[in-house]
Amino acid sequence: MYRWQQALTRIALYAAAVMVSAWVLTPIALIFISAFAVPEDYYDVGKVIPTEFTLENIRVLLFELREWRTTLNSIAVALLTIAVSFTLGLPASYSLARYVFPGRDGFKLLILSLRMFPLMVLGVPLAELYIRLGLSDTILGVALAHASLALPFVVLITYSIFVSIPVEYEEAAMVFGLTRAEAFFKITLPMALPGLAAAAMFTFVISWNEVFVASILTLMRRTLPADILVTVLTAPDPYKFAAAFIMVMPAITFVFIARRYLVTMWGISLR
Amino acid sequence: MGVKPPSSNFSKLIPYLLLLPTLMYLLFFVGYPIVYAVKLAFTSESGSLTLSNFRSLTSDMYFWEALKYTFLLAGVIIPLQAALALGVSLLLYRGFKGANLCLYVFLIPLTISDVAAALIWYNMLTGSGYLNKVLLKLGLISQPIHFFGYAYRSMEAVAIVVTEVWRATAIVFVILFAGLQMIGRDYIEAADVFGASTWQKIRYVILPMLKPSFQSAIIIRTLFAMQVFAVVWILAGRDIPVLAGEAYYWQSDVRNPHIAACYALLVAVISIALGWMYLKLFKPRYLEEGR
Repeated sequence: MYRWQQALTRIALYAAAVMVSAWVLTPIALIFISAFAVPEDYYDVGKVIPTEFTLENIRVLLFELREWRTTLNSIAVALLTIAVSFTLGLPASYSLARYVFPGRDGFKLLILSLRMFPLMVLGVPLAELYIRLGLSDTILGVALAHASLALPFVVLITYSIFVSIPVEYEEAAMVFGLTRAEAFFKITLPMALPGLAAAAMFTFVISWNEVFVASILTLMRRTLPADILVTVLTAPDPYKFAAAFIMVMPAITFVFIARRYLVTMWGISLR
Repeated sequence: MGVKPPSSNFSKLIPYLLLLPTLMYLLFFVGYPIVYAVKLAFTSESGSLTLSNFRSLTSDMYFWEALKYTFLLAGVIIPLQAALALGVSLLLYRGFKGANLCLYVFLIPLTISDVAAALIWYNMLTGSGYLNKVLLKLGLISQPIHFFGYAYRSMEAVAIVVTEVWRATAIVFVILFAGLQMIGRDYIEAADVFGASTWQKIRYVILPMLKPSFQSAIIIRTLFAMQVFAVVWILAGRDIPVLAGEAYYWQSDVRNPHIAACYALLVAVISIALGWMYLKLFKPRYLEEGR
């Protein structure tokens, strides 16, 4: 290829990359701006970009509309979801990664297909079941439902983490007299920790973002997205933008921290 | 793979005991609710067996609208996403300085919920939103374009399509990009040796090898599309009914779990059909890869 042709290709590539990035980033940047802009500036049609900023929108949202409570509920639900899905899922993924046994492929297929099962199908019957179980309108109830959504992902992601840690380390530890459980807790678990942390964040985001089941299962103890869907939608626009900002923050933080694991994790969870 | 299990009977049970909690949990929280949903859909308020729920479902105008719009939205959104995702994955596969940064940026919407994404685009598109402000400033329009409200239903649909393309193209992209990376560079190099142009390489080498990933991306994306809810609910309410939105409406607003269960079952049946297609197409590959 001629040099000018290479230069042109390069310019075209960068132009495309910039356009793609702008398509994703502009709306996010603008919701941040709107969340902190004074309402007069947002509504001023002559003013394209607001210039005056305030914490008032966030303050009203959190303390007058009392969304700090739903935010805390969301965090509690997400943490409980991690606790439940990891307690159940880690033994399962470890079993898949370290043992060969009849029925292993069948179990894997079950997990793979459940991963795509629509959670909304469970929302309606769970709401009725929860009334009988005394779980309706509880943090735990929502977390248990979210855990059933997250569990297949947790199993598949942590499975791939355990597979990537050579079994020889455990075997060596067992040669030196550790039991299998000790070898797991002292050798494999510490090595798996960074990946598990990323998987936990992934689970957090799944639960933090889920709205359909959360809003069907709760009335007073709503999670943040569930409450946005019901109450904040009737509030003035600036509070909606503040709510979107609060919802987006953990997600963006997660992309930043776990970026090394991102493609792998979503690859596993989607393919 | 795996440690040779000691030959006692208990040891043979260990892998099953480790799986048991997950299995029990899924049985109770997925299996049982499905059975219960079937029961709800086929019984009346008094508990007797009936088909009346389905009769009132099919005589409800909103049901047919919801069915229509769910598929219509999927039919418009998914091809757009497929095209965009393919473009971006080819761009990043080609590689350039900073491609990784571009990759992370493109993945951000994956972590943003449908609720937040809807509000993000609501912010862009309201009467005093940034799109209207910019267009007014440039003098391209003299009145703001209305995107919201029943009177502007077709524009609400546009807003939904834009939001969904923005939010969920990354799902298709992740699958395509992973598929692309599995194509060995040697195929491309071989094509280079024979003097293939960029277009020829894409058309005759990359696209055919990408076909399985492409199929799987489309099926998964269609599965998600059947559950589209919060984006529609926030941007259009029931102006544009969709299946999940109707399920929510009947459960939360009307408090009739029987009709809501009918919607849930319908989505389940569609999903299972799609999931079955998916497994049929990809089961051998999964087992080969040992995933």
